[in-house]
Parts: sequence; structure tokens; C-alpha cells
Amino acid sequence: MHRTAVKKVVLENVLDANDALAQANREKFDQSGTYVINMMSSPGAGKTALLERALERLRGKLRLGVLEGDVQTTLDADRLARFHIPLVQVNTDPGFGGECHLDANMVRSGLAELPLEDIDILVIENVGNLVCPAEFRVGENVRVMVYSITEGEEKPLKYPLMFRSADLVLVNKIDLLEYLDFDLEQFLGYLKAVNPAAPHILTSARTGEGVEEFCSWLERRTAYPPASG
Amino acid sequence: MHELSIAESIVRVACNHADERRVTRVHVKLGHLRQVVPSALAFSFGLVAEGTGVEGAELEMEEVPAAGICRRCGEESQLEGFPLVCRTCGGFDLEIIRGEELLVEFLELEEA
Repeated sequence: MHRTAVKKVVLENVLDANDALAQANREKFDQSGTYVINMMSSPGAGKTALLERALERLRGKLRLGVLEGDVQTTLDADRLARFHIPLVQVNTDPGFGGECHLDANMVRSGLAELPLEDIDILVIENVGNLVCPAEFRVGENVRVMVYSITEGEEKPLKYPLMFRSADLVLVNKIDLLEYLDFDLEQFLGYLKAVNPAAPHILTSARTGEGVEEFCSWLERRTAYPPASG
Repeated sequence: MHELSIAESIVRVACNHADERRVTRVHVKLGHLRQVVPSALAFSFGLVAEGTGVEGAELEMEEVPAAGICRRCGEESQLEGFPLVCRTCGGFDLEIIRGEELLVEFLELEEA
């Protein structure tokens, strides 16, 4: 078939534009000396609850800020408002019914409302989802994944991209261990198999177990130069 | 539905390279590990392309199977699905060498 078309080689990565914006965000964070954590999990794993526990302990010690990403509602932001910390909510619903993740541009749009100079650690609470957020860098220094034991042992094998990209895994709802047929050793084995480098902390936002250790981990972030990533 | 964001990016890349000509075909490479659903991407692409220079263009998707090199035994494996596992020794710690592509490889443009 004859075509009156010409071929033009492009070879451009689809996410280059996002990555460039992520890099610009990162430069902004580095300038203000803000360490940035991208917090990810499936919906309902306990990101907000763990943040609340951590904020209770870190009040007065560390200047935290939070950027909340949600498809809709300000419910999570409302829960954190009592801490009187810099807080901005980014809803990812631009009219199409809502994105399932935050991307670098959405984060950038929220930054204007945050006094980065006054924030030691900025926690970006991503949209609950085990697939999409892993694809989009937003300028973070590290990725913390919250996993809850009600999700089943096999999740690291089913969602390896998310688990592989995590620098720390919080194994949450550990207070439910005695009530569930959950094999913790098997889960930890799978986790180590897909991401041998990532440490984990057993946590319960309900009882407070592991929250101190998570807070120490957060405090150590500000003591070291930013990690690569 | 990260397909919608990805479709938006593809359309943006295509428009940037179209030299103000109409785009008739966009060829992308999709690595299997990207967990992109081709039918969802094609649908999103059609929506996002409307009203741009890419409207009506065919989105041609070349899927790239995943492959990795085992960090334990050093062997290369094709990876058919999750879990990602070395076919030689059963190890899970693999360095991914293919399957993460998300690339606009070429465009077809209408002759000026």
C-alpha cells in the first residue's frame, strides 16, 4: 500500500517529562534542605494512621510537613489538621474521574503552598494503589511503603514493582497477627526475595508498636546527606 | 488507570515531534513490567488525542517481554509473569534488562 507518510524516529521515554519535573522538584527540596518521603500503599493499609502516630511523637522535635494526595475528599488532610503543621492537599481529580497516583507536576502544584524552608521532612502521602504510584517519581529522596498484614503474604510477588522500589517497608496492623492466618515469616521471605536491600519495621498504628522505631528512622534521615534515588 | 497519564504523555511527545504535520501513526514500545493494559492505553490515547495534531493517528504498540539476569547465579531468564523468578536457580533477585520500556520509538507523519 502506498503511503504519503514519512517516518520520524523519536526515541523519547514517555515519562521523561515527568522525570524532568521530578528533578526540578528535587532541586527545590535540596535548596531548602527538606528531606522528602514518598509514602505509598494500597488503600486502607494505614498510611494516614501511622503518620498521625508519628506526628504525635515528633511534635517539637522535627519540623514535618505533609502533602496529601487523594482522588477526592480532604478527609485525610482533615485528620492531620489538628497537628498544625504545614499541610497541603492535592486532589488528583482533574475532571476525568481522578488519577490513581501523584505525578511530579501534581506535587509541584502543591509546593507553592508549603513553606519548604520551615520543613525538615516532607511526607508525600500518595494515592492508595500498589501499581501506578511506583511509576511516577515526584522528586522524593526515599520511598516508604506501608503494607498491612490483612493484604496476604503473596503481595510482594504480585506487585514486585512497588515492593522493589521501596527503601523501607512498614509492616502494619501487626496487632492483628494473632487473629489472622497470616504467615509473617513467609511474607518476610517474599519481601527479601524481591527486595533484599529494604529494611522493614513491624508496626501497629493502633497499639503504637514500631512507631518509635519508625520515628527514629525518620530522625536519622535528617542526620545524613540525602540518599540517592 | 495510569494509562490515561501515559496516553497524555505519548500525545505530548508526538505533538512535540510532529513538526506541525498531521501524525498518522505513533509507534510505542511497552515493556511488560510497566503493567500497562494495551486496550486501556488505546482507549485513553483516542480520547486524549482528540483536538490535537495526533487526532486519528494509529497507536501501534510493540510489547516487550521481560527478561532479567539473576544476581545469584548470573543466568538470564525470560520472565513470563509474576513472580519474577530465575528459571535456572529459582532466585527472586533479578536485574531487569528488558521489559521496562515505555518509549515513543517513531512517528509517521503526513507528507508536507
